[in-house]
Amino acid sequence: MSNKKIIALYVLPSLLLLAGLVYIPIFLTGYYGLMEWNGVGAMEFIGLDNYMNLLQDPKFWFSARNSFFLALFSTLSLILYLAVSLILAGKIKGKELLRKIYLIPMLLSSVAIAQLWIKIYDPNNGMLNSLLQTLGVDSPPAWLAQRETVLVAIFIAIIWQYAGFYIIIYSAALKGIPASLVEAAEIDGATPIQIAYKIKVPLISGVIKTTIVLAIVGSLKYFDLIYVMTGGGPNGASEVIASYMYNQAFGIKNFGYGSAIGFALLILALITTWGIQKLTASKNDSIQF
Amino acid sequence: MLKKRLGLLFALMLLVVGLVACGDDEDTSSGDNGSSGDNGSSEEEVVIDFMHLWPEGSSKQHNMIVQTIVDEFEAENENVTVEMEILGNEQYKEKLSVLGSSDDLPDVGMTWGGGFINPYVSGNMFADLTELDTDIFIPGTTEAYAVDGATYGLPLELNITPMYYNQAMFDEYGVDVPETLDELKAAITTLNDNDMTPITLGNRDAWTGSMWYMYLADRIGGPSTITDAISGDISFESEALIQAAAELQELVEMGAFINGTNGLGNDEAKGYFINEQAAMYLMATWDLPEWTTNEDNPQEFRDSIGYFKFPTVEGGAGDINSYVGGPGVGLFVAENSDVKDEAKDFVGYFVERWGEMSVTDAGVIPATKVDTGSLDLPQMYIDILNDLNEASNLTLYADVQMSAEAADVHLNMIQALFMGEVTPEEFAAAHEEALRAE
Repeated sequence: MSNKKIIALYVLPSLLLLAGLVYIPIFLTGYYGLMEWNGVGAMEFIGLDNYMNLLQDPKFWFSARNSFFLALFSTLSLILYLAVSLILAGKIKGKELLRKIYLIPMLLSSVAIAQLWIKIYDPNNGMLNSLLQTLGVDSPPAWLAQRETVLVAIFIAIIWQYAGFYIIIYSAALKGIPASLVEAAEIDGATPIQIAYKIKVPLISGVIKTTIVLAIVGSLKYFDLIYVMTGGGPNGASEVIASYMYNQAFGIKNFGYGSAIGFALLILALITTWGIQKLTASKNDSIQF
Repeated sequence: MLKKRLGLLFALMLLVVGLVACGDDEDTSSGDNGSSGDNGSSEEEVVIDFMHLWPEGSSKQHNMIVQTIVDEFEAENENVTVEMEILGNEQYKEKLSVLGSSDDLPDVGMTWGGGFINPYVSGNMFADLTELDTDIFIPGTTEAYAVDGATYGLPLELNITPMYYNQAMFDEYGVDVPETLDELKAAITTLNDNDMTPITLGNRDAWTGSMWYMYLADRIGGPSTITDAISGDISFESEALIQAAAELQELVEMGAFINGTNGLGNDEAKGYFINEQAAMYLMATWDLPEWTTNEDNPQEFRDSIGYFKFPTVEGGAGDINSYVGGPGVGLFVAENSDVKDEAKDFVGYFVERWGEMSVTDAGVIPATKVDTGSLDLPQMYIDILNDLNEASNLTLYADVQMSAEAADVHLNMIQALFMGEVTPEEFAAAHEEALRAE
């Protein structure tokens, strides 16, 4: 056998798996989106009606707005993660211990994290409001029960959830920077802030771009904490695209419409990824997936 | 997309499981036909496939009762074998809908009432069980399983919704058990003045707040108001239904409910009641074991819990003996079952024996009438069972009565009402639109 045939033979099993578990279901999702289907019984072909309804559905656009807020928030929080990683990469006491502490949320399941934050945000007995009351705040907000606060409250929990993941990535990248560069800068009299800002960050810019894509795409399809903490409520205030899709498909058994939302989400994520790649592309590097 | 993919993968796996199970079905039934051909007698061997949702791990007492009943039935009918398949609640729902989509339901299985049975009945998958719908049931309970006058399921459980209250707390602040809405409001004011949370309510899932709205509508407009508005006999924008929404909003504004109710789940809200941080809690009788037999709660607390019927509204058409509630799970027989007659016998037998055993052995109030005189039960159970015998009406939970789409609107609107995001008129108009859109 030729080399190419052998390569094809080795690639085939995982290709079949990938096709069966990823590509075919994606195709089927788009196909179900053309159907009126309650999950039980026969499907009825209704053409593009689901997709047309989707474009005019204010609840969908509201959930899309929330998803984009989350994407923006997650991207900005990367600055925080990067700052923490830069500090941890410096010569500070107990940095190994701190690194492990930041990693803990990654080891917990989403549902456990959600339960933890539900307890923290409990309006009357919760840790946060008890703290605020001792600090003299008379009537602290009921975080998860109000339209004004629910999104921010959940976003903060999500930032905490992903801190470990991004800090690991940044720490690994920072470790790859040759010590000689940093030492040379120190001899030249650069301050730690100058070293971080002018040497370290530019050197890991490729990794930073990758994390931006991860954060944005991850936010667009985000589901876990929101589903457990509020179910998209109150009155739809914290609905994101993925939770709206779930509620339509599995909550009110509108599988056709749910599939259409899922497919729209896929397209949104693809467009966004493509857009970021275009925006951040430079001559020297390209993001590889 | 990951969730979606996982979902599809899961559905695929279920389908495979389903197909394997179907394969078994066909094997056994063809075996039966063979043996009946050989004997030619009425004593042919039959196998009833029975799917239920009480695994030994999570519902031990329920599971044991089912096993006992099945053993008894097999002993009395020597030619019958009941083969059980047991799944947890969510898996059960998933598998039932997958089996339903390929018309391969088990001979006997469990179902829920209200809107849940509609696709199965319209798909002609559930057998008509009207002949078994006898007077052993409490009036009104089998209606949740009826479509166009025929009964397609026999309920096993029944829940009504009393208001539980903390007697010790009422005594401490000199509050009397309210019998009218005005007395309830006075009680709320007194408790608020003493910095006590009057009522705990977990409205995150909104079916809890829905029970408050339903009771108010019942007490103002009369027992059939909600049901008539859902079925389209009256408009949802009728005066009583708008007034009920206004009353509920007034209760919210006067601070009747716990701070942050829309963000609390039912279990968290119940925690406030158990921690004696709130004086009242409106919840169905499935919580009775918490106040009577559950050793996790201190004896002193359990002794201090009583209940009262939802207060009447002055000038309203309602009756204090009318309840919001509903049957829980029930049994169905598959229309295309090979052993339909035996399956019906089994279901009839099961319902009767379940009624005799469930309340003492598992603390479940059955949908069949119970003779309280002969049972050794906590007093609260006996009181509730006696109330049930005097019940003038039972209104099925609104979100169960409605179609899935309308229920979604209803639950969102309940939250909006609590948040003050809609007026009572807008609340009613949104319901009218959702209900008539079908």
